[in-house]
Amino acid sequence: MKQLFRNIRGFIELPKKLRQRGILGMNQRNHSYIGRYNDRSKYPLVDDKLKTKQIAQQAGATVPELIGVIESQVHVKEIHDLVADWPGFVIKPAQGSGGKGILVITSHQDGRYTKPSGAEVSREDVERHITNTLAGLFSLGGKNDVAVVENLIEFDDSFADFSYEGVPDIRVIVFHGYPVMAMMRCSTASSDGKANLHQGAVGVGLDIATGKAVRAVQFDHPVSHHPDTQRPLDQLVIPDWEQLLVLAASAWEMTGLGYIGTDMVLDKSRGPMVLELNARPGLAIQTANGTGLLPRLQKIEALKQQGISHNTPEERVAVSRELFAS
Amino acid sequence: MINRLPFYLFVAALVLVGVALSLYRHSVYGVPWFPGEQREQWEIEARIEFTANGDPAKVAMAIPNDQQNFILTDESSSSQGYGVAILEQKEQRKAEWSIRSAEGQQLIYYKARFLADADAQYQIRPPSKPRPQYLEDVRQTAALSMLQDAMKRSADNPTLARELIRQLNDVQNQNAALLLNSMNREDALVSLLSMEAVPARTVATLMLEDGRRRQSVQPWVQVWDEQKEQWQLFNPRTGAEGKPDNLLIWSLDYQSLLDVIGGRQSDVSFSMIAQDISPETATREKIEANDLLNFSIHSLPVEEQAMFKTIMLIPVGALLVVFLRIIVGLKTSGTFMPVLIAVAFVQTELVPGIIGFLLIVGTGLMIRSYLSRLNLLLVARISAVIIAVIMIISVFTVVAYRVGLLEGLSITFFPMIILSWTIERMSILWEEEGAKEVFVQGGGSLLTAVLVYLAMTSELVRHLTFNFVGLQLIILALILLLGNYTGYRLSELRRFRHLAQD
Ligand SMILES: Nc1ncnc2c1ncn2[C@@H]1O[C@H](COP(=O)(O)OP(=O)(O)O)[C@@H](O)[C@H]1O
Ligand SMILES: [Mg+2]
Repeated sequence: MKQLFRNIRGFIELPKKLRQRGILGMNQRNHSYIGRYNDRSKYPLVDDKLKTKQIAQQAGATVPELIGVIESQVHVKEIHDLVADWPGFVIKPAQGSGGKGILVITSHQDGRYTKPSGAEVSREDVERHITNTLAGLFSLGGKNDVAVVENLIEFDDSFADFSYEGVPDIRVIVFHGYPVMAMMRCSTASSDGKANLHQGAVGVGLDIATGKAVRAVQFDHPVSHHPDTQRPLDQLVIPDWEQLLVLAASAWEMTGLGYIGTDMVLDKSRGPMVLELNARPGLAIQTANGTGLLPRLQKIEALKQQGISHNTPEERVAVSRELFAS
Repeated sequence: MINRLPFYLFVAALVLVGVALSLYRHSVYGVPWFPGEQREQWEIEARIEFTANGDPAKVAMAIPNDQQNFILTDESSSSQGYGVAILEQKEQRKAEWSIRSAEGQQLIYYKARFLADADAQYQIRPPSKPRPQYLEDVRQTAALSMLQDAMKRSADNPTLARELIRQLNDVQNQNAALLLNSMNREDALVSLLSMEAVPARTVATLMLEDGRRRQSVQPWVQVWDEQKEQWQLFNPRTGAEGKPDNLLIWSLDYQSLLDVIGGRQSDVSFSMIAQDISPETATREKIEANDLLNFSIHSLPVEEQAMFKTIMLIPVGALLVVFLRIIVGLKTSGTFMPVLIAVAFVQTELVPGIIGFLLIVGTGLMIRSYLSRLNLLLVARISAVIIAVIMIISVFTVVAYRVGLLEGLSITFFPMIILSWTIERMSILWEEEGAKEVFVQGGGSLLTAVLVYLAMTSELVRHLTFNFVGLQLIILALILLLGNYTGYRLSELRRFRHLAQD
């Protein structure tokens, strides 16, 4: 009885505690950040991965090489010739999100395509995947879409065993151009070569000052080791951290969106690159870091109110690293 | 920071106007806050439609009178350019419309108001003995043998009728089959009874159900009970005996319900709605009907009113969905799909509705998983799923009918296109994120639909939304306020609970 009473009390006090820790909820994110700082007319820039690639390149950022774009049903069969000279590639819907419709192929031979898990798919399977993509099955609102084919990223050796069968990506929330929180997302057997958290990837919170792991979660539950490789996750340190943060911070200049999530990868040979930008980044980054976004967002809002502004990504990164060191 | 003051003033104004309108309806029109305190009043509208030849036209329709459980309180008709007369012929009342010349599509409305009253007084005239009807040879023999059998097993007129209906509905009975070959059940019954000089007649009835539109009359049979000196009512299809409380006898003669001279393609359909008003207000409302401040939808034709009864419930459904998503954080597939499913549930009733929904979506998912192997273009695949859904619905309907599950018939009320998209989305979800997510979202949708259904069918909610239009403004204000809620969703409390611990 007493136990039950305590449980109920704990539940009632939960909102207050979460508020004290500055946890950002979905409603507040939509209303006070996305709705307020993201101009709708700029959404197409980030909702379309082709456009994102373009603006990122114009801004001088590196992006995964584009192998080609398949725009209509008649060209679907050309995919096999298109990728003939590329050992590995990825097909994704230009307007997809959340890892939907992303087909990662690590190698292929004589019309047999191999996924990161080792599973094989046939020529027909690949063609069907593109057909579905074109019909808008994976895209926002089910609109017709195009299929983007890009080079497979070979991830940096320092990430070996932190990610299983897939490229880990680094998500940084950038508010008014200041990186406020970061995590690395490592794919697992259940996430099928994609590093999207709700598909089962592990999220590792990163210290903004150093790029070192602070904590890790899978499906919002704390974990200490990678579930497939058993590598302790607290050993993770991101190389080229400063460079990555600057790349993330420059997304502000690229898009003009106030509240965005930048997805980046570290390629073995070509270094940090922008994978995609997100106008509605998820909240799981808070669980991965074990801390709330609100206080950090409010610090930046306070800076703005005092009329302080920093015009280059480098300056803003420096400010963030000082403000948000954990 | 944007100034929020005008917004809150606007919301407050909405609430104020809403409350004021409701208070006005309550105090001036005497509409009670709660249903059931008052007597039920039915408004039934007949809509006569025909194509006129261009000559003089005369339309006669049988109209109802006081009867067991119902008192006629008011009637009116609207028909452009027609002269109207109400005639009383023996027991049957008739309305007659006439015009010198009419051409093209014609529309005539007749509206009657009935007060449900268990002690309603009405006239009964004892009928004269009917002349026996003769059938030709084989059928006469069949009829006589049925009668012989039924006479043995019966004591008086009602029990004789009961026996005959039992035989007529017995598929094994060859005599009955022979009769039903050339005549319908009710005529056969009346003919058979006439051979024993038992007075009986086929009457046209309406089953009163709130908000029904485009209904047609159903034949029931009245048999004279000599002992009790009154008519006993039978449903010739089911053998049900006695008059259900919500059955209204529209015409005492099923055959001559509508008679049109000078026109073709005539048809009559009925709409009905129930209202709870006190008898005094019934009269008062009539006087004030032309009042401009009468913000009610009750001045519309009954058919439109019946439609609005459902439409007015949709905002309640929307409010619930908004609440479940913003405050609770329930995941559904498609934002307002559950509301549409709930509207279908209102037609099908809850349990048959849920079973039907699960059957359709479940079977649909199986068929869809086969289609997914065929490698089709998306539009073609969705269309195939739509056809599959239609076939599933027809198969289930036929099977349900065969095994005598009449509830199964209502499965056709489901919005097919929406269901097809639901199946498609769920099937993709299954492939992409596994069965668990399908159950989470499918279950969320179903739960939302059931909650919306419960709200929509609650007597209180139906009464309030239909009678107090002001409530819609208050709902709108609530939705606007919810749109400003920035607190945690209940599901987030669970999701982030680890973050609250140290
Ligand atoms: N070019 C690529 N090479 C290897 N893996 C990739 C590539 N592009 C995407 N991925 C994998 O798929 C995941 C999702 O890709 P992303 O472009 O962010 O799409 P989404 O908008 O669906 O999240 C990435 O986190 C990564 O793991
Ligand atoms: Mg992504």
